[in-house]
This record gives sequence, structure tokens and C-alpha cells, in this order.
Amino acid sequence: MRQPAFHNDLLARNALLTKDARMSSLGPQEIARHLGRTRRDFLRDAAGMVAGATLLGASPFVHAATAIRKRKMIVITFGGGARDQETFAPAGQANIPHMLGELAPQSSFFARVTNQGILGHYVATASLATGVYESLNNFSAVPPDHPTIFEYFRKDLRRPVSDAWVIAPSNGFNRIGESDCRSYGPGFGAQVILPKQLLSAAVAGSKLEYGHLLRDNYETPFYAPQIQGGEFELQQLEDILKLSVDDFMTHAKTLSSPDELSVFIAKRLMQRESPSLLWITMHDIDVAHSGAFSLYVDAIRRTDRLCAEMWQAVQDEPEYAANTTMLILPDFGRDADQDSGGNGFQHHRTGDAESRTTWMMALGQGVRHGVVYDNPVQSIDLVPSIGAMMGFSAAQAEGKPIRELL
Amino acid sequence: MLPKELQADQFRAYPPEAKRLALAHVQAFQQLPLSFLAGLLGQLIEYDYKFPAERTTLDRELSILSSLSPAQTAEWFHGFSQVSLSSQLIRLDWVNQPALFLEQESAYLWTTHQMDAFSAAATGYGDHLNAVIGVEQLPVRRLGIAVIGQGVTSYDSSLFDNLRPHGTYFSRVRPDNGLELLLAAVEQRAKAHPVAYGHWYVDGGQVARQTSSLTTVSYSALAPVRDQLLKFMQGQIASPGMGPEQLRTNLARILPKDLGLDQGGEPVLDRFQVKLFTDGSGTQIFSTTFAQWAARESLRRAQPLTLLVRFAPRQRQKPMNELLSEVQSNSELDPLGSLIDADIGSYYHWINQQRLAGAEQSSFLAWFEGHSQALLVAPSLPRGVTSDSAMDIKGLLSLATD
Repeated sequence: MRQPAFHNDLLARNALLTKDARMSSLGPQEIARHLGRTRRDFLRDAAGMVAGATLLGASPFVHAATAIRKRKMIVITFGGGARDQETFAPAGQANIPHMLGELAPQSSFFARVTNQGILGHYVATASLATGVYESLNNFSAVPPDHPTIFEYFRKDLRRPVSDAWVIAPSNGFNRIGESDCRSYGPGFGAQVILPKQLLSAAVAGSKLEYGHLLRDNYETPFYAPQIQGGEFELQQLEDILKLSVDDFMTHAKTLSSPDELSVFIAKRLMQRESPSLLWITMHDIDVAHSGAFSLYVDAIRRTDRLCAEMWQAVQDEPEYAANTTMLILPDFGRDADQDSGGNGFQHHRTGDAESRTTWMMALGQGVRHGVVYDNPVQSIDLVPSIGAMMGFSAAQAEGKPIRELL
Repeated sequence: MLPKELQADQFRAYPPEAKRLALAHVQAFQQLPLSFLAGLLGQLIEYDYKFPAERTTLDRELSILSSLSPAQTAEWFHGFSQVSLSSQLIRLDWVNQPALFLEQESAYLWTTHQMDAFSAAATGYGDHLNAVIGVEQLPVRRLGIAVIGQGVTSYDSSLFDNLRPHGTYFSRVRPDNGLELLLAAVEQRAKAHPVAYGHWYVDGGQVARQTSSLTTVSYSALAPVRDQLLKFMQGQIASPGMGPEQLRTNLARILPKDLGLDQGGEPVLDRFQVKLFTDGSGTQIFSTTFAQWAARESLRRAQPLTLLVRFAPRQRQKPMNELLSEVQSNSELDPLGSLIDADIGSYYHWINQQRLAGAEQSSFLAWFEGHSQALLVAPSLPRGVTSDSAMDIKGLLSLATD
């Protein structure tokens, strides 16, 4: 079979030429539609889910004010970026046994979520959090230009600072909790915990034993900045998480990756602070940038397990058990094998349909079970949708509420 | 500056062969949109260090561009002319620093949401060019060989899953003397069809043996170069104000002599090898990534008639800071993980081979080194089937090349 040709180096270098051999006659929108339907068919066969288009009837959400007040929302970004063939496709099902076997049957699954923005993890996560395709520098620690979900949530619903938290990898995400927007911004954002910096502060001077938890910044394997933590992080550890440095380090020794550390922190935060809005950014999968496929697949399997652990933690915590909606979605995908401008799973540089088309899984309160939708939604629809569910207005977001979640 | 203002003397700093070509085509350059031209110049300025196949392609492309009528130029480049660039980009010295321009252009296109439009323009241009550029008849059917799994004693899971639909899976291969037989066959092809940079042997570890008839690239042999580069990167990362984009820019400027690779070798190959480390991602730390990327880049650039890639065990995963800082250390290896890496690497080797001329007639052999499993894609063989016939490596080679 002839594959799409290498084109001149201008194009290959900039990763710009996109033609999938299997779908070479299709445009990007058609490919996105195809991907959505493939996921839908796969989930129907593998997890016994039904197509959402066949469902009618009233919303399962209860909009009573009391229910809204008690509602908890957890967002997990399944990062950084995984492809269908390693996840929601027949060849990938071995890598996501928990999501497929445990979570999907009790979820509403959106099979066709597209990201039309910049495919860098920080800027894409910022876009998810604002509902606007942000154009900030992916590698700079700058706040988003538009108000974040945390600011809408806290300002509109008059929630205290302890009610919105972000747990994020440390590579630049420390500004994700609060925008530069004048009418929101300072004072209305989320508190941000950077677990690796926390650990770095705790283990100062003896990092060797914990090196596997301090991996950072695969997006550019060229550049691995030193992770530093200090007094502020130690204070977070003791005052908020109620963990002694010794206990924290002892537990950290039992973990195998930065995302495991993030989930440990998330559970602790749920126990201690019970935030109503909790955002966890996973990042282990981005080891794919190193080009080692086995490590990429290992990370997908770990992330799959961690998502199930988070869902179990929701069931185990009385504050969360009956009133939590959990949304899991990648920030974007990765390049197709057949795209001559990329190098397969390794990167997300081509902007092709497969790197832009992902999925979202919704679980918990108000969510229909075992339904898969393949109508198009955008990643910037996340914030307005959560706003509609929780009762705040994402006034500056450019996305639209997802009808099937309302 | 815009392309229409281009003057011949602006190419005076170009290397000799690149300058000669630029002067011959400056009038054509003046007609092209900057969003396209800077990329073309990015190719041209490297002309003196390109492989013969690349030079031939670029020669033809430039000749075609110079022969276009104004109406054809307008048609071919309509998409590119619709791409808007910032005044800051236009002011850059894109004639002498096209790589810097491309970096900034790429960021600008993403930021302004013009990447899809640019991609469509590039695809359209590629289609126009491919329709007229023509291809030469190959002297021999192209052959790719991937040897994977070095150091793995047993593996129970399935291999070559991605390749199986395209070829025949052999489950009873006699592995005796397999690597030597493959090397000998590749050398034989090189002697029978002598083409400059036409026959390659890439090894993710130490070469099985030296061979003068092949273009050889070895991860182990490049250890001193890699160590120098890692030291450079460590120094850069520790510099105040350094960020990933600046580091990438600085890496792109590294020349073979900066890494001690100008000791009477081949300048074209030396530069290629340095670029494997400075352009590649992960090639500096994982030998499996290096082997896969070297295969891709040699196919894309040199378009070899024969490419044998042997994967070797990579070091076990560690924190990136440690991986980058370990110079000449004896790291623990991960043979099983490396086998999985190499399995997908062999698939990408085949995909990249199929992007070249003669794809329909080309053959590809992937073999689990020292074991009885192999996958062969060849015009004469059925696809998606398993053969339980006992077969030695010579027999597989015979099927691949007959």
C-alpha cells in the first residue's frame, strides 16, 4: 500500500501535510465524524452502550437549587493526549480495562469532541478551563487571557477560595487557576497544587529516591527544568493536606509516577477540603514525546487505572458519593501514523483530524448511563456545560452548553 | 522585506552550491508568497549538505517553479498568498535565517488559527508538484529490514500486529546466523547497485561488524557526540532566562565541529547525524527512539534502496533530568520495553518506506532477532496470512527480493 508521500522539507519540518491513507479522500470534518462513529461503534460492541440519538425524554439533571448547591464537579484531563488505536478502538481496549469495563457502562460518552485551538498542553488546558481557544505561549508561565471556570464558579456562586482547586503538573501550569481578566481575575481563582513541587520541597536534599515522581515536561524532552519547592509548598502540605513531611514521603515511596502522586493529593484534598470544583490535570502519557511507545502505553494503562481510582474515591467519600459529576477528557489527541508531517504517536504537531478529535466521558449525578453520543461538541463547550450544571454563567466563554448534559 | 524586493546579492552568504542555485532562480523567488518561499530557502541554504536524492528533488522543484507562467504561479500558490504574516515576521532576515523564520512562522500560524489554511495550501502545492515532478525508475526494488528484540530471551505477546494486514507472518523461522545473513545480503545489494548513500545500516547499539560498502550510523559510535550534546543542553538549561523554544533554536545552530564530529569524516553524513540529535525528540536518551528516527530521516532524505535497522535495548526510564545529565554511564537496560518500542518502530519504518517512489514494488522484512518470528511484506506474498512453513533467513530474503 502506498502511503502519503514525504513532501518537501518545508512542510515536513513544520508538520503541515495531512493525509490519512485510509481516509485520504475525506476532509478534516469528515475524518472527525468518522472517528466519532468509530468510537461509538466500538463502545456499543465492547461496553454495550447505546447510541444517544435514540434516547428521548427529559433531562436526568435535577435543577433544584439545593441540589446545585451540593453538587460537586471533578474534571480530569486524560493527558497528555492519547490516540484511539491505543484507547477507544479495538486495538487499544487492552490498555483501558477500567474505563471500558467499569466506567463506560455507567457514563455518557461523547465520541466526537474536537479541539480547534493550539495543540500544546498548557494552552489547550487553559482553553478547556476558560471555554475560549487561548493563544498564550504554551511554554510561558502566564495566566489565561479569559476568565477561568474557577473564577466564574466562585464569583457567581460566591464560593470561598477553599471550594475550587487545581492539581496540575508543574510545567507552567501554576498560573492555570486564575486569569488576567480585570472583571474576574485576582481573588476569584482556584488554589493550585503542584504535587511535584510539593514533593520536591518535602524531600529537599534527598531527591534520588523520589526521582520517578519528579519527571517533568515531556512536551519538550529537550528541556527539563529543575523542579523547586519551598516554604509555600511545605505550608500547603501541613496546613491544607494535614500531612507531615514524613508521612508524605513515606506514602510517596509507594507511588510510581507523577500522576499517581497527583491522585494521592486529590484524594487527600477531597477528604480534607471537600472542594466543590476539583480539576486534575494528568500528564504521564506525554512521555510519548520521548518516542518510547512502551512507556506511552504503560502511561495510558496507569491513567486508566487512576481514573477508576478517582471514581472509587468519589464513591467512598460521603461528601461526594451521591452528588458528584466527574468528567474525563483528553486535552487533544496525537498525530496519526499516516500523517507524513508527524511521527505517529510521538507528537501532536500536525494539527490533523486525529490529533484534534477526542472524546469525553461524563459520570455520576445527572448523567445518563451507558449512552454514547457522536454529535460534534468542542472542547471549549466544557466550561459553559459545567456552568449550566452548577448554576453559574460562563459569560465570556465561546463554547456552548452541551445539550445532552443539561 | 517581501519576496518581490529580493536581490541576487542577498544570497552572498549562502554556501557555494546553494548560492549558484539561488542566483539561477531568483526571478522565480520574487513571484512566490513569503509564507512559502522562506521554507523553500530553508531547504536551499542546506543544499551543499544534502544527500544526492534530496539535491535531485530540489533541482527539479526549482526548475519547475522557474518554468511556471504567472497564471500557474497564481494558481499553485493561491492558498499560500491568503496566509497573512505579521510585520515582525516580514522584517526578519528570512533570506539568511530561514530556519528562525520558520520557527516563528509556525508559532504565528498556530496563534492566529491559520494552521489549517496553511496545511491545505501545502497539500495543494504538494499535489501540483507531485503531478509534474516525475520519478526515476529505481535500479532495484527497494528493501527495508527491521531487526527487533535484541537481548530478549522470550516474549509471549503478539508481535508485528500493525504489519500483519500488509504481509505474511512467518512463525517458524530458523534464526541461525540470521543477522550475518541479512548484513551480507545488504552488502551484496550495495555492490550490485552502487548508488551514493543508497544502502544504509542503522544500529541502535553497536554495529554487528564494520562494513565499508554501507552508509553506517550507530548509536554506540555516536556516544561521544551525544555526551557533548547532553553537556551542552545541561549548560543551556541552567542558563538564566532559558526556555524550551530558545533551547531548540540554539540546538538547531549546532554544527558537527561543535560536537567533535569533523574529524575527516563525510560532511553530509556528519551533519545528518548531528541533526538526528538536535532535531529529534528523545533520540538523545533512548536508543530505540534514535533507531526509529534515524530510519525515518534516512528514508525521507536519502531515499535509500536498502535500509537495515537493528534495534538495541534502550536504557530504563528515569526522570528526564537524570536521563539528560547521565554522561557515559552504564545505565540499566529495558529489553522488553525496547522490543515493544521496536515493534512500532518497524511499522513506522515500513510506512516511511511506502512514502517513497516504487512503493508498490518494495519489500519489507521485520524479524525478531534470534527467534522464529518474522513478517514479510512483498509484492509476491499474500497479505494478512500466517505461514507455518519452516523458513531460514535466506529463504525470507529470497521471497523479499525475487
